[in-house]
Amino acid sequence: MPTFAAVALLVLRKDVAIEVKSREILYTTLFFAVSCVVVFAFALVREGRVIEDASAGILWIAIAFAGTLALGRTFERERYGETLRALLLAPAPRAAIYVGKLLGIVLLLIVAELMLVPMVALLFGTVTLFARPLLLAGLLLTGTVGFAAVGTLFAAMLVRSRTRDVLLPILLYPITVPVIIAGVRGTSALLQAAPDEPMATMWITLLLCFDVVFVTLSLWTFEPLMTE
Amino acid sequence: MIPDFDRIRLTDISRHFGRRRALTRVTLTASAGDILGLLGPNGAGKSTLIGVLATLVAPTSGDVRFGDMAAFSQAALRHRIGLLAHELHLYPELTARQNLAFFAQLYGLDVRATVPAALERAQLVDRGDDEVSGFSRGMRQRLALERALLHRPRLVLLDEPFTGLDDNAVSVVSDRLRRLAADGCIVVMATHDLDLADGLVTRVALIRGGKLISDEPAGAGLRARYRALVGSV
Repeated sequence: MPTFAAVALLVLRKDVAIEVKSREILYTTLFFAVSCVVVFAFALVREGRVIEDASAGILWIAIAFAGTLALGRTFERERYGETLRALLLAPAPRAAIYVGKLLGIVLLLIVAELMLVPMVALLFGTVTLFARPLLLAGLLLTGTVGFAAVGTLFAAMLVRSRTRDVLLPILLYPITVPVIIAGVRGTSALLQAAPDEPMATMWITLLLCFDVVFVTLSLWTFEPLMTE
Repeated sequence: MIPDFDRIRLTDISRHFGRRRALTRVTLTASAGDILGLLGPNGAGKSTLIGVLATLVAPTSGDVRFGDMAAFSQAALRHRIGLLAHELHLYPELTARQNLAFFAQLYGLDVRATVPAALERAQLVDRGDDEVSGFSRGMRQRLALERALLHRPRLVLLDEPFTGLDDNAVSVVSDRLRRLAADGCIVVMATHDLDLADGLVTRVALIRGGKLISDEPAGAGLRARYRALVGSV
């Protein structure tokens, strides 16, 4: 019988294999995220000057919007052909399927962020963003995991709902507001002329706590929520 | 050690979705070697019953037992369940071989031993490396059946298994189901096709409005009995 980790990696590998073939979610997510940043850049940058901290907010808004799109599409793929039921029928811990799907979403968002961060730095003239690369990576990773942890659970729950496209953002954004706020405040701390490391570290710690709480809750509730 | 059983027993199973009663106090048993046909009109509750047996739908009340074990008690029991539903549980973007390999690994099977044999049984050896999205309904159905049977389940659940199959494929699938039952599987099949069910199933359970109205050995005159109990055919 495959282990918990083996099942999670198997689901991740399957999602990556499908995405490498179709590239549907990657392209739509990237296109949407880039469009979002470009629109804000046109709206908020005047003669090279930008509202203070705006770039941090725009970066996290783009991540949240692109993440919502990716979550919806990933589970739409499992709905077509009812493959989610086939996964749930496997003799593996059902929480392992959740972890596999979560890792896939996190991976996809990391790829999007690799494009978004330099773009935000370029369009908003915030090269100081890269002054503390480890702290920036820590913020992005913990924030992405927190957002995706809640999103994966809700997207899986809503997969059989006819109004899933409307319900997903309605349920997801209020719960993930702390992630967005922590991400924005932490990124802002790094954008100052003298990056505020203690402040950024504090927000990373907060995000880490959020991740632990919501990943644990999701692992606990996934099986009962997925049994019809 | 994977738990095994040779009998399934549903006792007073009810399942309500809000105010709608999909199943009402259904009591049913099936043993190894049975091919149990679940017959009934649309919306009778056949698919819900298949979902309950697959441990995907939890009953509102009642008891489901696989042998002496409660159906929802352990994940390892699912190793003994194979399900072919109306939706085929295949990834259209992957090839037939990749689909089978993924599910084989999910069940902890040896990919090199099981996948080629399954492709052969599905008569898809030549198309093994083609994406499933390019397959006809019949080809997908054959592949989906082999996917459901990859892990040699004890309980084989089929929801309309003959949809989209031509006469030759129907005969191949029917023979396969007979062999499975002869090998000790419990086959439970929901179908509308009385002609195909007649002569294949060994027992018939008629369901109407979520209630089991008849459970008896199969025999001649299935259509007449169905008409008498359920309504016009």
